Amino acid sequence: MTGQATSNAWSSHEGAAALAAPAFTEKRRAFDWRILLGFFLPIAIALLWEAAVRTGLAQGRLVPPPSRIFATLWGLAQTGELWTHTWMTLWRVLVGFVIGAVAGIVLGALSGSSQTIRQLLDPTLQALRAIPSIAWVPLFILWLGIFEASKVALIAVGVFFPVYLGIAGAILSVDRKLVEVGHVFRLSRAQLARRILLPAVLPEAVIALRSGLGLGFMFVVAAEFMGASEGLGYLLVDGQQMGKPDQILAAIIAFALLGKTADSLLVAGTKPLVRWQDTVRERL
Amino acid sequence: MLNLEHLSKTYADGTRALSDINLTVHEGEIVSLIGGSGCGKTTLLRLIAGLDRESAGRIRLDDEVLTGPHPSVGIVFQEPRLLPWLSVADNIAFGLDGVSTAEKKARVAHALDKIGLSEHAARWPRDLSGGQQQRVSIARAFVTNPKVLLLDEPFSALDAFTRASLHEHLLGLWEETRPTVVLVTHDVQEAVTLADRAIVMQPKPGRIFDELPLTLSRPRDKTGLPFETSVRRVLTALDHSLKAPQQQPQRERDRQAAALWW
Repeated sequence: MTGQATSNAWSSHEGAAALAAPAFTEKRRAFDWRILLGFFLPIAIALLWEAAVRTGLAQGRLVPPPSRIFATLWGLAQTGELWTHTWMTLWRVLVGFVIGAVAGIVLGALSGSSQTIRQLLDPTLQALRAIPSIAWVPLFILWLGIFEASKVALIAVGVFFPVYLGIAGAILSVDRKLVEVGHVFRLSRAQLARRILLPAVLPEAVIALRSGLGLGFMFVVAAEFMGASEGLGYLLVDGQQMGKPDQILAAIIAFALLGKTADSLLVAGTKPLVRWQDTVRERL
Repeated sequence: MLNLEHLSKTYADGTRALSDINLTVHEGEIVSLIGGSGCGKTTLLRLIAGLDRESAGRIRLDDEVLTGPHPSVGIVFQEPRLLPWLSVADNIAFGLDGVSTAEKKARVAHALDKIGLSEHAARWPRDLSGGQQQRVSIARAFVTNPKVLLLDEPFSALDAFTRASLHEHLLGLWEETRPTVVLVTHDVQEAVTLADRAIVMQPKPGRIFDELPLTLSRPRDKTGLPFETSVRRVLTALDHSLKAPQQQPQRERDRQAAALWW
C-alpha cells in the first residue's frame, strides 16, 4: 500500500518535471530578450551623440564621439602602448590582491574560529579599517618609496579588509545545525574545519574575494595617480594633462573590460566549488 | 541496553528542562517519547546523543557511561541536516570513517537501495524533495550500524502520505540490525505505528508521566480495533498529562525524593 504510494509520488515527480520543461525553455527565451534590452540605452545614447557630432550639432571636443574613442583605443593597441599599460596595471592588482586576500583569509579564519583571537585582533583591525585607505599613501611612499612596493601595499590594504570581514563573518554564521552533525560523528577540530566549516564558508568567501578584487581595481587607480610612468591610471592622468579626453575614455573602457574580465574569471574559477548552492542564480 | 538514571537538565537561565528521568530501554526495543511541547523530549535526546551535558544523573549504554557523542549512538534530527555540498551518496557515507573504500561503497549502495534512492546517488540534496532528504538522513544514521538510534520528530514536517512511506522505510532498515530506537514524536498514531512502548512525558519540569506498553504484532494494521484502542489509551494518558499537571498523583519515586528532601 505504502510502497505504491511512493511509486505514485515518484511518477508524479517525473510528470511534473516533464510538464515544467517547456515552460522553462520559454522562460529562457524571454530571458535572452531582456539581456538585449539592456544594450539598448547605451547604444542609443552613443549613436545619438555620434550623429550629433557628425551633423555639427555638437563640437565633441571635451566629450568625444564613440568613433573617436575607439579610434584612440585602436591606435593605442596598434602601438602596443595599451598592452604595456594594461599589463602593468594587471600585475599591480594581481600582486596586491594575492597579498591582501591571503592575509585577509588567514586573519579572518583565525578571528572567525577562535573567540580569544577575535577579541585580541578584531578591535585593532576594525580601528584600522576606519582609516580611509588613501590616507596611507604618504606613509607608504615614505616607507616603501615611490615605485611598485608602495602601490602594491596600498592595493593589498584595500583588498584585505573586505576579505577579512567576509571570511570572519562567514565562519561566525555557519549553521549550528550542520556543525552538530559533525559533533554527532565525532569529528576532530581539524576534521570539522575541513569537512564542514570550509565548504560552508566557500560561497561567502567567493563574494568576499570578489568585493576585494573590485576594491583592488579601485585602489590601483589611486596608486597610479600618485605617480606612475606606466599603467592605465597613468593613461588617465596623461590624458588629463595633455587635454586628450578620448584617451581618458579609452582608458576607462579598458578598465571596465579588465575589471569585468577579472571578476568573471574569479567567478568561473570558483564555480566548481560552490556548484552545490541552492540559489536562484539561474533565474537572475 | 540503554539506561537513564536520575537524569536532570537545568539550563543556564534556570529553566528546568528535565527532572529526574529514569528509563531503561532494552536492546532492539523501539520506545517512543510522547508529550506536549516543552516537556523536554528533544532535550532528552540531545543528552543521549551527547550534544548537551546533563546537570545530574547519568546515561549508560550497556556498561559504558556516555559522556559525549558515541560511535554506537546515531541521531536523525527534525530537519534532514544534509550537507548541501555533498552528493546524496557522500552524505550517507559521511559518518563512515575508518572503513575501507570498498566496504563504504557497498554499505552506501545497500542503504541507498533500502531507501529506494539508488538512482539519485550522485545528485545534490537540493534536488530531492523533503521526504527524500529525510530518507537520506535516516540512511546516514543507519549506515554506521549504531546500537542506539535516536529520532527527533524526524517526520513532523512531512505530509501524512510521505510519513506513512517513511515509517515503512524506517522499519525496513530497523529489521536488518534491530538497533534500540528512541523516537520523539508528538503524533500518537506514529507512536503506536512504530513503538513497543510509549513513554508519556509531562512539562514544567519535563518528567515521565506514564508508560504504556504497545504489544501489537507487526506489521501493524492501522485500521484494526487493537490499533485504535492503543491510540485511544495513549491519547487519554497524554490528555491527563497536559490537563492537570500539578494535581496528578506523584509517581512513587517523586514521593520518595520528596520524603528525602523533608
